[in-house]
Amino acid sequence: MTSEEYLSSQDYQLAKTVAKPGYKVSVQRLNSWFFEKKALKEINLDVKENTVTALIGPSGCGKTTLIRSLNRMNEMTLGARVEGSVFLDDVDIYDRTVDPVIIKRRIGMVFQKPNPFPTMSIYDNVAAGLRLNGIRDKRLINEIVEESLKGAALWDEVKDELGKPGISLSGGQQQRLCIARALAMQPEVLLMDEPTSALDPIASAKIEELMHDLKRDLTIIIVTHNMQQAARVSDFTAFMYLGELIEYGPTTRIFENPDKELTERYISGKFG
Amino acid sequence: MSKRQERMKIIQNAVERTNARRKLMNTVFTYVTIGCVALAMIPLGSILIEVFKNGAGAINAEFLTQPQGSIITGDGGIGPAIQGTLLVMGLASLIGIPVGVLTGIYLSEYARDSKFARAVRFFNNVMTGLPSIVIGIVGFILLVVTVGSFNIMAGAFALSIIMIPIVVGVTEETLKLVPNSVREAGHSLGIPKWKVTIFITLMAAKSGVLTGIVLAMSRIAGETAPLIMTILGTSLFFQCLDCPVDALPLRIWRLASLPYEHAESFGWGAALILILIVLSLSMVLRFFVLRRSGGRAPSLKL
Repeated sequence: MTSEEYLSSQDYQLAKTVAKPGYKVSVQRLNSWFFEKKALKEINLDVKENTVTALIGPSGCGKTTLIRSLNRMNEMTLGARVEGSVFLDDVDIYDRTVDPVIIKRRIGMVFQKPNPFPTMSIYDNVAAGLRLNGIRDKRLINEIVEESLKGAALWDEVKDELGKPGISLSGGQQQRLCIARALAMQPEVLLMDEPTSALDPIASAKIEELMHDLKRDLTIIIVTHNMQQAARVSDFTAFMYLGELIEYGPTTRIFENPDKELTERYISGKFG
Repeated sequence: MSKRQERMKIIQNAVERTNARRKLMNTVFTYVTIGCVALAMIPLGSILIEVFKNGAGAINAEFLTQPQGSIITGDGGIGPAIQGTLLVMGLASLIGIPVGVLTGIYLSEYARDSKFARAVRFFNNVMTGLPSIVIGIVGFILLVVTVGSFNIMAGAFALSIIMIPIVVGVTEETLKLVPNSVREAGHSLGIPKWKVTIFITLMAAKSGVLTGIVLAMSRIAGETAPLIMTILGTSLFFQCLDCPVDALPLRIWRLASLPYEHAESFGWGAALILILIVLSLSMVLRFFVLRRSGGRAPSLKL
């Protein structure tokens, strides 16, 4: 039986997905569509706690769709549909009993372009998640805002002007503000969708450094177009092509000695 | 000469040939736009000047606070009309603003492009163009005939019907201008959709929404026809919920039809007050809601 036959066989269709102990995030048989167009094909991906996992691949390969499927953000896109499971510890976030809002509290997200809340100050940007989730304790909010800004390596630059509008910061600072805003919710997993693609090399380097510190406390999954970045920051790398996960493994192996020829060709810059 | 040099020559010649004309057109166009600004400002300015010139003399404490006495001797003032206008506008806004803003939110944030949403949008556009006298008649049939008397609620209802489509349209359009990334940022923090919509999306759009609200309130401040059909007008201060009420446009309309000298100056005075109410409304709302977004970002109030 070929693998394609197996995937369409009844055995496979009936096989149940189950949580995998020892992995923070476990993507199992994830398929995704935008209207009729298939965007993700039978993705399986297990991510260990306190690691950085990079998703790489050419434009349109489904990296962004995949990362947005990990906190159910893809559901906000018109025409998007998902089948399969994504386990966060032992909870399938696509289970019917699971509230997508609760999932997003546990999984933070940083977007491609910095997107601070336009009418809010630096302080309010970081505090917004807490306040709008019903936390009233001002002392606690103060503490968390300071910690989060420190965690995002932004505190020293903004501590004297927390009342200034978030959008008055530079692009790199705005992106770190967005990281601080995500950190304030004490997420277990942080999803970063090309977080440095709109930033200059110095600002990018700061964010890369930051990721290194952050993985002590949480699990990071990052989409990147920049292969050097993937090599620098990640412990594991997943190479995607045309909606499929082609190869996944420790970053050093993927970059130095990939199993698949396609991976090797992409990494050596022969296409993409 | 290479092909490329030939082409450069052709383009250069064309640029030189059209240069003088381009400069002339630029100047002409600039003056045409300035001329149009002047054309638009002349009626507006002359109305304001005329109203101030003729109305300012009539205004004093008695004029603002007293009901109208004998129009022949010019006793009293337009107190009931000011009170009535503020009451009717306030009540109409109490109905019109929430209904309008929430409908706009529904269309932009929840309904997206469903058939129902398209139908609502279509009827909303039709409503925007509905003659206000027709809305007055609807108010008359629904709330005057049934109550048995002209009353303030009928007036507020009619004015709110005029207000709603304006507020709906502006709210929807401004909300659509808020980038999706802002909503997504809110959702990614696990904030429930209704809170994202009100405290993040609507806040980002507030200056546009507010402009729409002020526009709608200014529009109803001057409406006369629907008020004739619903609150009728009276020379008394507010009496009861099912009594006729006065309003500034009604007062101006009645005074304008009287052949007395004091009626004329009262009318101008009332017109000036109406203009001042509309102006101050817009300034006060902008001051309180938009004040801080210029320099310091406003704090998030829950």
